[in-house]
Amino acid sequence: MDKVFTRPNSLRDAETHYCAGCGHGIVHRLVAEVIDEMGLRERTIGIAPVGCAVLAYDYWNFDVTEAAHGRTPAVATGIKRVLPDRLVFTYQGDGDLAAIGTAETVHAANRGEDISIIFVNNGVYGMTGGQMAPTTLLEQKTATTPTGRDLKRDGAPLKISEMLAVLDGAVYIERTSVHSPAGVNKTKKAIERSFQTQMDKKGFSMVEIISPCPTYWGLTPRESLKWIEERIFKTYPLGVIKGK
Amino acid sequence: MKRDRILMCGNEACGEGAVIAGCRFYAGYPITPQNELTAYMAKRMLELGGTFIQAESELAAINMVFGASVAGARAMTSSSSPGISLKQEGISYIAGCGLPAVIVNVMRGGPGLGNIAPSQADYFQATRGGGHGDYRTIVLAPASVQEVVELTRDAFGLADEYRMPVMVLSDGMLGQMMEPVDLVAANKAEVGKRSVEKPWALTGCKDREPNMIRSLLLKSGALEDWNNELQARYKTIEEKEVRYEALHEDESDLIIIGYGTCGRIAKSCVERARDEGLSVGMIRPITLWPFPKDIVRKAAEKAKAILVVEMSSGQMIEDVQLAIGERCKIEFYGRPGGAVPEEDVIFEKIRTLVSG
Amino acid sequence: MAKITIEKDRCKACEFCIIYCKKGAIKLDKKLNKRGVHPAVFIDPDKCTGCVMCAIICPECCIEVFK
Repeated sequence: MDKVFTRPNSLRDAETHYCAGCGHGIVHRLVAEVIDEMGLRERTIGIAPVGCAVLAYDYWNFDVTEAAHGRTPAVATGIKRVLPDRLVFTYQGDGDLAAIGTAETVHAANRGEDISIIFVNNGVYGMTGGQMAPTTLLEQKTATTPTGRDLKRDGAPLKISEMLAVLDGAVYIERTSVHSPAGVNKTKKAIERSFQTQMDKKGFSMVEIISPCPTYWGLTPRESLKWIEERIFKTYPLGVIKGK
Repeated sequence: MKRDRILMCGNEACGEGAVIAGCRFYAGYPITPQNELTAYMAKRMLELGGTFIQAESELAAINMVFGASVAGARAMTSSSSPGISLKQEGISYIAGCGLPAVIVNVMRGGPGLGNIAPSQADYFQATRGGGHGDYRTIVLAPASVQEVVELTRDAFGLADEYRMPVMVLSDGMLGQMMEPVDLVAANKAEVGKRSVEKPWALTGCKDREPNMIRSLLLKSGALEDWNNELQARYKTIEEKEVRYEALHEDESDLIIIGYGTCGRIAKSCVERARDEGLSVGMIRPITLWPFPKDIVRKAAEKAKAILVVEMSSGQMIEDVQLAIGERCKIEFYGRPGGAVPEEDVIFEKIRTLVSG
Repeated sequence: MAKITIEKDRCKACEFCIIYCKKGAIKLDKKLNKRGVHPAVFIDPDKCTGCVMCAIICPECCIEVFK
């Protein structure tokens, strides 16, 4: 028998610190698989965010640095301008990308920086204990919205991908999900397209990935997959948002 | 015809000092009174094929510099006081990651938005780290446009050698004023000799194990070890990198201590006092951290009094106090809020102190 | 004829592999692993088609597939 599925070379043989059913592990692996398949491991520089994925540098087997909370696209800009032929990507959560780092995200996109953003949207702050994120759904309970997110008090879930899509510098933006094998396959294709867009020097691209956080949704991993299908997709529909 | 000496303002001279050091990456955000520097770098980076980015904020600018440094480039950002406060987050991360970078602060009056007049009120912020955590930045304080060129140039070598942020602490006066600058002389100095290999940089892991640059150290004892390593580095710097200018410091009854713009005023006062036969000397710290405490202490053994002059309500005076303890009397003359001390007023104070 | 191997001590028992195995060839073990959870185990080599669905949805990357 032949081995038809195994761990990619760009992913270290390390146990992750993520909770059961957390989607970060899947996305880490997809990034590693795409880098291996494109033959870019020795030309890649990744930037880990502040948040649950800050320890991504322990899991990837290529050059990785970390950025201050939200400054990830600015750090990527600095690296990419110095090394324009390398693959430079940021890996960011919703708080990092769409709250504290909104300005850095918007302006990196607007400058059309040749970088890729892997944006993991799980609608909650994980590392700090499940507080409301900019992408938390209306009525969703979190540590800081104990009675549920309220439109009047907390604002609506931020649709940052749609916001970025109106910028000329952003050439490819897609929203995918890792809640199912089909979603995982689509996510992998989207990451590959984003990396290829960058290597072709076409401009800024981002893949927003809906990802489960059972722990801070207060659900079992199984229930969290249902929550994604029944609730999240209503606010965050999947598909190519820019670059159809 | 290439002239040896050209007229430049301090802010432009700062940019040229960076260019001489091989800096080809600059990111900044407009703020008065340092705008000539940003405009100069925009022009020079274009001419030299370097990178200039007008960032969306000071936060973004310092983090772009962080990124460029991660990739191994000599990189600089500049701002003025309120903008430097914003950059402190990034400076702390640069220190925490052990990265070289050069930050220029063309100081203006504070606190808050303050005004746009020259000031020295950011001394505490510059010399005590400035951001969160237990770290230092080397702080270089020029007193002439020529020195702005040379110290900015040297800042890059120091940053690379010790892998840490280095700050050039200028002020609105030095930034705006024009003086002849000898760029040929500035170019001749062996800037390259301090340039070091950067095997730690992230360039892609071809023919080596992957590199990692980070300041998050969660394993038990790891952060304490790293802090101890930083402190050892700082100790070496305190031993090797102190710079100052001194005049009659070992033979005078009164020693004036001032840096930057106040150092210039102090120098004029010393010359005038000596002409009148008054026993006055001076020490002008060029590195504010590491502070030239040994020479200050030695001068205090002989002197009857020390006069500290600052464009603030008194910040460097604390370093003078730490250096000399009870050895001699310390007098202070300073003007806060963007006011510049006048030479005549200081001179009268000197006369009173020496004759009294 | 295909099979999978599951590194049992890495498994966090999220059950994603079980949910998406159309053939019902994976279940939770009765025994605990070193994490203190009941890990997924491969139970039926006759049913496995090597479709890799379990492996691609596994957040721990602890499933290998052979065909």
